[in-house]
Amino acid sequence: MNSLKQIWALFQKDLLLEMRQSYTFYGILLYVGATIFVLYMAITEPEHRVWNGLFWVIQLFICINAVAKSFLQESRGRMLYFQSLVSAQNFVLAKLLFNTLLMLLMSALSLFLFVLFFGNPVLRTLPFIGIVLLGGWSLSLVFSFLAAIAAKAQQNAAIMAILGFPLIIPQLLMLMQVSNSFFTNVQIPVANTVLLLALIDVFVIVLSAILFPFLWKD
Amino acid sequence: MKKWWWKILCIALLVYTILAGLLWNNVPRLPQLQETIRNLYFHVCMWFAMMVLFTCSVVHAVKYLRNNNLRSDILSRQYAVMGIVFGVLGYATGAIWATFTWADPNLPASESFSAIARDPKLIGAAIALLIYGAYLVLRDSIQDMDKKARIAAVYNVFAFAFLFPSIWIIPRLLPSLHPGAPDGEGGNPALNFKDLAPQMRFVFYPAIVGWSLLGVWIATLKVRMNFIKEKNLLHEA
Repeated sequence: MNSLKQIWALFQKDLLLEMRQSYTFYGILLYVGATIFVLYMAITEPEHRVWNGLFWVIQLFICINAVAKSFLQESRGRMLYFQSLVSAQNFVLAKLLFNTLLMLLMSALSLFLFVLFFGNPVLRTLPFIGIVLLGGWSLSLVFSFLAAIAAKAQQNAAIMAILGFPLIIPQLLMLMQVSNSFFTNVQIPVANTVLLLALIDVFVIVLSAILFPFLWKD
Repeated sequence: MKKWWWKILCIALLVYTILAGLLWNNVPRLPQLQETIRNLYFHVCMWFAMMVLFTCSVVHAVKYLRNNNLRSDILSRQYAVMGIVFGVLGYATGAIWATFTWADPNLPASESFSAIARDPKLIGAAIALLIYGAYLVLRDSIQDMDKKARIAAVYNVFAFAFLFPSIWIIPRLLPSLHPGAPDGEGGNPALNFKDLAPQMRFVFYPAIVGWSLLGVWIATLKVRMNFIKEKNLLHEA
């Protein structure tokens, strides 16, 4: 009960910070908009496989930029203060929760912009939205933990990319495969892959909770 | 004798592998493969050795997180480096094999590459090499010794925990050229041992052990070198 309270308080703190220092939030919004607009300039009427591939790659880049600052923004002093107040697990879980929310928002927004600029080749829209949100969640979880590593190593977002890209390949492949099947009206069974994706997400949460305490202590 | 019996075993097994592997007239003559099937004793064993070395690396990373002993960190790093070397050797031996089997002889070699590189086992191996490459970059970007060791160990464990599922999942998503995948679908993460001719096992299994031991041996030599180099930091023993 107590730890739930702690997680909630930390989550609220992140939310409040985001609203007070709203320039970072608007920065990500602009990043999403600008990236998709550049893509729109570069390519016209992509075929649906290309649409799908581009969409997920853009998601990947948005995720890195949205999630990167979550640990970098905490100064050393503030981290020490948190260490005296809350447990490492609660801290990382709150961060995961907040990044999940942020990335779900960005996924939804980028999907909207994609449909606006490139048309909507998706035939089964509702399941596609579902897989986009699931994908956004998966990406945010993995990159949140990598952001913690990058922040501890005092590195920028570039190291997150080299640390994270190889790790995310299997999940991206699964997401692309599942979402590809929503471009046709043929019912292709995807339940197993979706279940596997959800399992991997749970696995990442558990792994983060186990490993983060080692990163935290200085 | 207690400490170096396995080095003798390693040399004996590798001499046996090379002699019997190249000379023993016991391999089946399969269409397309023909004599290249002998590459099994080298190519596949490189991947086994790589996985053994990466497993050693992650075991020492976990050890480091538990005991904070810099010795474990040096062990972890050197095993990872040797794993990368064996991965590269696996690619090299695989490239030679593919030249004679998968590559289209009517096209220049570079044009076959993009078709072959999408093979799930090549992707799995690429993921492994990229992960450990990133591990080395991350490690060397940090100055402080203890911090370097700790963060690198955390990434090592996190990445390894991802590596095995990916090697397991990807072959089931993509069609493969490798054997063990019936009609190109629903592949197998490793080799399908049932496909292997029984008489080839007399060389194949010893070869796996031999090459893995060689990798461990080289890694331990590098570890000992580093122990001497970092003598001042490893004061406790």
